[in-house]
This record gives sequence, structure tokens and C-alpha cells, in this order.
Amino acid sequence: MTGEFTSSPLFERVERARRRKRKLRDEQITLAHGSGGRAMHELIEGLFLEQLRNPLLEALEDQAVFEVGSGEGRARLAFTTDSYVVTPVFFPGGDIGRLAVCGTVNDLAMSGARPLYLSSAFIIEEGFPVEELRRILASMRAAAEEAGVLVVTGDTKVVQKGGADRLFINTAGIGVIESPVQISAARARVGDKVLLSGTVGDHGTTILIARGELELETDIRSDTAPLHSLVREMLEEAARAADAGAVHCLRDPTRGGVATTLNEIALASEVCIEIREDLIPVREEVHGACEILGLDPLYVANEGKLVAVVAAEVADALVARMRGHAYGLDACVVGEVKAEPQGIVAMRTGFGGTRIVDMLVGEQLPRIC
Amino acid sequence: MKFIDEYRQGDIAERLAAEIAHATTRPLKFMEVCGGHTHTIFKYGIEDLLPENITMIHGPGCPVCVIPLGRVDDAISIARQPGVIFTTFGDAMRVPGSKTSLLDAKASGADVRMVYSPLDALKLAKKNPGRSVVFLALGFETTAPSTALTVMQAEKEGVENFSVFCNHITIVPALKALLDSPDLQLDGFLGPGHVSTVIGTRPYEFVPAEYGKPVVVAGFEPLDILQSVYMLVRQVVEGRAQVENQYGRCVNRDGNRKALEVLFDVFEPRDFFEWRGLGSIAHSGMKLSRKYARFDAELKFDVPGLRVADPKACQCGEILKGVKRPWECKVFGTACTPETPIGSCMVSSEGACAAYYNFGRLSKIAERSAAGS
Repeated sequence: MTGEFTSSPLFERVERARRRKRKLRDEQITLAHGSGGRAMHELIEGLFLEQLRNPLLEALEDQAVFEVGSGEGRARLAFTTDSYVVTPVFFPGGDIGRLAVCGTVNDLAMSGARPLYLSSAFIIEEGFPVEELRRILASMRAAAEEAGVLVVTGDTKVVQKGGADRLFINTAGIGVIESPVQISAARARVGDKVLLSGTVGDHGTTILIARGELELETDIRSDTAPLHSLVREMLEEAARAADAGAVHCLRDPTRGGVATTLNEIALASEVCIEIREDLIPVREEVHGACEILGLDPLYVANEGKLVAVVAAEVADALVARMRGHAYGLDACVVGEVKAEPQGIVAMRTGFGGTRIVDMLVGEQLPRIC
Repeated sequence: MKFIDEYRQGDIAERLAAEIAHATTRPLKFMEVCGGHTHTIFKYGIEDLLPENITMIHGPGCPVCVIPLGRVDDAISIARQPGVIFTTFGDAMRVPGSKTSLLDAKASGADVRMVYSPLDALKLAKKNPGRSVVFLALGFETTAPSTALTVMQAEKEGVENFSVFCNHITIVPALKALLDSPDLQLDGFLGPGHVSTVIGTRPYEFVPAEYGKPVVVAGFEPLDILQSVYMLVRQVVEGRAQVENQYGRCVNRDGNRKALEVLFDVFEPRDFFEWRGLGSIAHSGMKLSRKYARFDAELKFDVPGLRVADPKACQCGEILKGVKRPWECKVFGTACTPETPIGSCMVSSEGACAAYYNFGRLSKIAERSAAGS
């Protein structure tokens, strides 16, 4: 399947255009710029990175990793931040508070870090019920306990009615990387296996249905969960089977879903990722809801799943270990890394054909996290 | 999933594909008229399963793709009027008008909202009695009945702040225009399944009778499409040209009488309606009938109603007619991409260009352009 590409001038022309340096041409921000898809990448690379460029930011990972101290006191830290604007604030399987803790903990965990401390800032619209805020904070406390982190600093702003929609939360987090692992979206190697920790699309579908606009009733629940202990077990297992360095990339496929995450890895690592549709776990109810809504579960957000690219020799051992963890019960291998065509995610359909799984364009579902 | 996965079985597909390859004795070009078919063909990689000598041409059956620039401009102008809540299906948000899209209008302050059905728009109108809620109605006879029922409901309940900007179109005049176009070379049609659930298969009978081309009305699952292609090949090989119905589980010869009655009550044909790329086609558009004229946004609001020529670089017209393949357009994949669409075929996931860009880049483009150039 690869030989023909390189000989095709048209394909190269299209691919060149596709990989051109991202420029932000739009004159105003639209919802598409927040969707996790291509427009957001254009905003980040074409504007934020242009203005704030530095070597740490340039990596465009979900967290910055840097060293502090010297000699014996040296430590490798991971640092990240994320804002949460999900609507509704309570949904089956979680709420904005649990999400705000888990999302940031997961961004830290994806670097192999042990999450330590969080900050938490609240932007509250006047009129927001104190009782709901209390429930959200109790949920944050429970999630923080589960994740083994402390919320150690914070901020509160109240804005007038209409200045924000109910409640926005920002959290930042810091964690320590205790093993010499180098996990990065740019480290996928030809021959590596692609792992998924469970079913896709649960969170986004839950939120969409929880909004009640669709008059669909299901038992789908958000998968919001902290993944730090799953990552820790994966690194332990890899170290036991070969070395912890066998885990090359880790990402949590939130906005834009697994499809967007795989595209980011394929582009950063300059490889082709080939997945098989029949291996990707999708819950029956999610499959059904997406079918009705015309969504592709591959592009729907997750909040308690991870994608891992690992050396082939440790893949089976890792999957077995992940399946022993509460947040990895449906873990499986879904594909592998090929050399060509670079920067592309291809999927073998259950029907026997092949198609490209491109990055999401435009807005699929706003405000799901 | 029950009743869905049965139509997606790879092993049956392989057998069908082998049958098709065996039966096809010369190069054949078939057009799938409906955008839903185009989407399925790409999503499941069906072209990979078809023999080399069968070419699928992706027809004008994506309602978002055939909406002309001028109508998008009109929609934006309504959306920008004070007090208006403008509602639309998600696909239509990004369709470029001559200057901007509805998504841009939304970002610069217009109240544009995505809905999943026209009834949601009516609900919004009832919830916001002080605002004027407009629904952008789009699509063939498939979606027109739900618009019609909503308008009837609005009348029944006296929801005067609700109106419809009607861009409903009908498939048969468009088919006729295609068949009359001199540069068209086709061996048969996959008939649109959803439209046919409403209008039945009888309206296509002129295609074999007057033009000698076979039609197979097809369902939307991948096995439906393969089976329909097989039925078309059989017709050609056996020298037959007739209307056959592969989608018997949903479609009959006379259509859905109730839905048709509703359509005739709420809509009347326009003398002409412009299709992007295909030009003006007589009796191909619907507008609200006199009885429901007070729900017609075109009468309620001042709309510019200007005809805007398609961008020069864009070859959507040739592509919709199947005269050019998407990758033969000069701007395909470079200036015109799903994120910066010039032509509307690049906007909707049912558009031929977007489908090629998203799903087909990998194999077909490379293969065909290598063979062709």
C-alpha cells in the first residue's frame, strides 16, 4: 500500500499543503478554534507559539517537563494546566469538579510523572447555588484523594450574570518524574504497537445526552478517572519485561478523541499509524448513540482513557497488566506503527477497505470538558 | 449492533466483491446520486473492494454541497438581523458564502444555533417569544417532510415568531438536468434510498424509459451499496435497463403517501432554483405554499437575494456532474481543504471532495493519478 504514494506527485502536493506551517488566517475566534481539531492547532501554532515561543512550549506536549536543582537534589518535574467549562456541570459518571482534578492529573501522568500538587481557580457566575458548589468541591476532594494529590492553592472570581456561564474551573498541576523515562509524542518508532486502555467515546456521548436536547435515554456514563496509577503499573511492567523506556508515547485522548491524538503522534513522530477498526472497543450504547447522531466515536472525547505507543516486545505484557487495573479492563492493541506514509493515520475498516483517519476539522461538540 | 452490523460484514462483502468482479466485462461508470452513499463508500473503503473497471461518480446529492453562494449570503443576512435566533444543522454552519460563513457570523455576534431537528427550532421559538426564530431548511424530500410537519405544528399552535428559510430541493429535476447534460457518460445510477422512502421508485422510471439507463435504489449500509452495484452490473451485462429496488426494507414503488400529502400541502415548487455548479434548474426547489406563507422567512425578512457566481478556481460543477474527479480540480487539497473550503463539495462530509480528502487520499488518488498521468 505504500509504494504507490511516493510515486504520486498529486499526493505529495496535497500532503505538502497539509503539513505546511500552520498559519492563523482567521480574523476572529470561532468555536472551531476550541474543538481540539485542526483549527485549534492553527491557533496554538500560528498565534500562541509565535508569541510565546520557548523550547519547552515548542514541544507542544500536554505538559512541560524540566529539571530543577543540581547534584543530588536534582529533580525532573512535570507541569501542566487546563480549564474546564463543561456544560452541564453535573453529568452521569462525574461532574466539573472531578473532571478538573482528573484532567490535570492525567496530563501529568502522561509524562510518566507522579502527580503531587494542584492549584484550582474558580470563575463563578453570580447566582450560582452554594449547594452545587459544595457538591462540586466534595467531588474534587474525593478525586484528589483517589489521585493522591493535594489542592494547595487557589483563586476565586465572581463575575456578573452573563459574564460566564455558571462555573468555569482552571486547575494547574505539578508532578515529579522518578524514573529516567522519556515519554513524548515524537518517540513512536516503526514496529511499535498502539495500545488503547478501553472503550472510546464514553465521555463526549454522555455529555451530549446529559444536555437533554436530544431526548435520548441511555445508561452511558462518563469515564472521567485519574490514570496515574495505571501509568505507574504500565511503566513497572515495561521495566520488568524489558525497560521502562519501552513505553514511547502516552496521551489521553480528550477533545478530538482517539483520532486526533493518533494524528498528533503520527505527525510529531513522522510515522504512519495503522489501526484496525474491528479492534477498537466501543460500548454498544455509545455505538448506537453515535450512529443516531452521525458522530464517529473515534473523534468523541474521553476523560479516563489513554493511548500508548510501546515497543512491540512489551505490548502483550502491558495489555495483560492493564487489564488487571480498574481503569484498564478493556485494554487492547489496536494497531501498529509503520514507516510510510509519514504523518498519516490509516484505518483498516471492518469491511475490508482502508481509509485515512484525519484530524477533526471544525467543531464537533463544543464544551464537553 | 443489532440490525446494523449485519449490513457491515466483511466476509459477505468479499464474496459480493468477487461476484461483481466476475460479472463486470467492460469498464463501467456508475453515479451514486446521494451524498449519504458517497459517505458510506468512503467510510468503508468500498472503492478498494470494487474491480478496477468500475468507477463510482459522486453525484449532486449532498444538499449542503449544492446550496449556492447567494443563498448562504441570504441566510447570513437574516441571521444578522436584530432579534433573530438563526437555527441550522451543524453541516451548514461552515458552508462559505461569498464573504463569510454562518460560523463567522456567529462569532461576530449573530445568534446562530445548531439544532438536530426543525422541531428543536420550533421549541426555541416557543421558549423565546420575544425573539424571531428562523430555521434554515435544507435537503431533499428526505428532510422536507419534517420541515413541513414543523410548519404545520407552528400553525396549529400559532407560533408566529417562527419561520423557515426554505432551501428544500427535489431530486428528479436534478437527475433530468444531469441526464440532459451533453458531457455526461454514465452506465447507470444508484438511486437515493432515503429520498425514495418518501417519493417511492416510480419517479425514476423515466430514466430507463427515456434515457435507457438502469437505476437501482440503494440502502446506506456498505453491503447495500455493494449489492446495488452488483444489480447494476447485472442489468448492463444482460442488456436490461429498469428501476430495481435493493432497499426493499424501507422503500416501495409509490412512496409514503402521508409524507407526500404533507409536502404538497406545505410546499409548492419554485419556477427555478439555483444549484451550485449545476446552475438554475426548473421546478427543482420548494418554497412554502400560500397557505403557510406567513412562516416564510423570505417574505418576513428583507433578503438580498443576489445571485453570486461560483469562485473561478472552483470546479464543483464539473465534479457534481461527474465530468471531473475531485483530484482533477486545480485547487483540490492545496488551496481548497476541509478547513479552508473554497467549494462546498469540500465542506460537508457527504461532499465528494471532502470525502476524497478525508477518506480517499490514501490509496485512490495515488493510484488513479499514477495511472492517469
